[in-house]
Amino acid sequence: MNKARTNPLNTFAMHGALIFYTLIALFPVFVILINSFKTRKAIFKEPLALPDTESFSLIGYQTVLKQGDFFLYFQNSMIVTVASLFLILLFGAMAAYALSEYRFRGSKLLGLYLALGIMIPIRIGTVAILDLMVSTGLVNTLWALILVYTAQGLPLAVFILSEFMRQVSDDLKNAGRIDGLSEYTIFFRLVLPLVRPAMATVAVFNMIPIWNDLWFPLILAPTEATKTLTLGSQVFIGQFVTDWNAVLSALSFAILPVLALYVIFSRQLIRGITSGAVK
Amino acid sequence: MTRPRIRWHIPVFLAPAVVIYTAVMIFPLVNTLRLALFSKIDQERVFVGLDNFRTLFFDPIWSEQFWNALGNNFWFFLIHMLVQNPIGIVLAAILSHPRLRFSALYRSAIFVPTILSFVIVGFAWKLILSPIWGIAPSMLDAVGLKSLFAPWLGKEEYALTTLALISVWQFVGIPMMLIYAALLSIPDEVIEAGEVDGITGMAAFWKIKLPLILPSIGIISILTFVGNFNAFDLIYASQGALAGPDYSTDILGTFMYRTFFGFQLQLGDPHMGSAIASAMFAIILVGVCLYLYGVQSRMRRYQL
Repeated sequence: MNKARTNPLNTFAMHGALIFYTLIALFPVFVILINSFKTRKAIFKEPLALPDTESFSLIGYQTVLKQGDFFLYFQNSMIVTVASLFLILLFGAMAAYALSEYRFRGSKLLGLYLALGIMIPIRIGTVAILDLMVSTGLVNTLWALILVYTAQGLPLAVFILSEFMRQVSDDLKNAGRIDGLSEYTIFFRLVLPLVRPAMATVAVFNMIPIWNDLWFPLILAPTEATKTLTLGSQVFIGQFVTDWNAVLSALSFAILPVLALYVIFSRQLIRGITSGAVK
Repeated sequence: MTRPRIRWHIPVFLAPAVVIYTAVMIFPLVNTLRLALFSKIDQERVFVGLDNFRTLFFDPIWSEQFWNALGNNFWFFLIHMLVQNPIGIVLAAILSHPRLRFSALYRSAIFVPTILSFVIVGFAWKLILSPIWGIAPSMLDAVGLKSLFAPWLGKEEYALTTLALISVWQFVGIPMMLIYAALLSIPDEVIEAGEVDGITGMAAFWKIKLPLILPSIGIISILTFVGNFNAFDLIYASQGALAGPDYSTDILGTFMYRTFFGFQLQLGDPHMGSAIASAMFAIILVGVCLYLYGVQSRMRRYQL
């Protein structure tokens, strides 16, 4: 191989730079997590020390569990995220199939119309969305959030999925038609399984922003029964600003499920992002 | 002549997406633009034309806040362009090195902040930078720079820059990933042809790879622009709706939220809120159009 590529000094410098940045990226998370397991005294005396037998304490977590309904918040976030993703994938794939498979008058225009929403953030329309949700009685229900996130995710989903569906072989679909399958069966049985990787990409793109959104839960569903985890921790931390144990534990509570999911799915997620979906 | 039969499955496939998208996104968007032309006078909705915009741009009380938020927003965007994207490109360039070990591990670790919510990020940094807890000052002390410490989030002159850097810390993973993907898609033959001509190392990056990833850099820039001009969550989570200290971290998102919902004694005003939203819409539209016509169409795409 070329010498310039394998120079040990270069390798050393590269690892040095990456380790340095990795530390910057992980340090705040690490500090929050270790301190959430310590007594108040230890938090202030030695903030960077790991908890030991003397400084270990779960008092913060006890406060959090007593005061905030974090399981309900978690459940709400879960329902909203899963339902939105399901609707985005189902409706997005159906529309993408219609646009990529059939030729009909206005199909180009319709594709353009659906693509508008990729660049325009849905937040701009918040004032009227709230009006709409109030007049349909959906305000303060999880449905309001699910509908908004579905609308927000559809444009990119249709765009990505129709790119992929163009690559599905026509012979396969025509073979299905000759066998007398209906268009619906062809779509659900033949085409959908083939674009599964693209669906994973779309899901990954939408999952994080939906789970982490603060704006719409704050405006459309701020009641106790419909709070999402993001909004719940925001409100909780706001109330317990001076109780450092509780704040640190609440933060850890919000970090841990996401971190656990990330560790499980990080391969899928990174493959999704780097698969060249954004061209 | 027989009319071709209607292919019912096409509208069936299209209907759900088109209906939800139109009802929840396009219709409210248009409606918001329309609401900006009305005002509430004596409990009645009255058409006032462009009066709200006149108030927003020229009324001293409003315009001061608006231009402040707009200026802050541009500064916020500038920091992202100058810090986030170059760091992302450098990290991606290192990661895409063919013989680097542990690159998957580094990638996953550096992407961690991006998956966290603004609430976590905002509060975590608030605690770390807090003078009460003292992690930041004692760490600066360790490298002999304690005199540099200031309560950055509490000082008017530093707060916005600090928040922008926190946001950079959070989102650097996205440009990193996109550039990384673009770098991987450069065929080896191109790089090897350069090597034969004696272009290696840094020169190969500047002369061969960078021109080839320019389209991706363009996409990242426009994504950053749109993302920054409807940002809200981080500022709200760490500084509250008042975007303190003394509105020094106010951006268009927080300004619209305050106007629309009201705060303290001021009542919410959906019509002025819509006017601000329309201004944001116009800014984003101009940015996207500039990108599409000015940058993307002139950019040379190389057939690889």
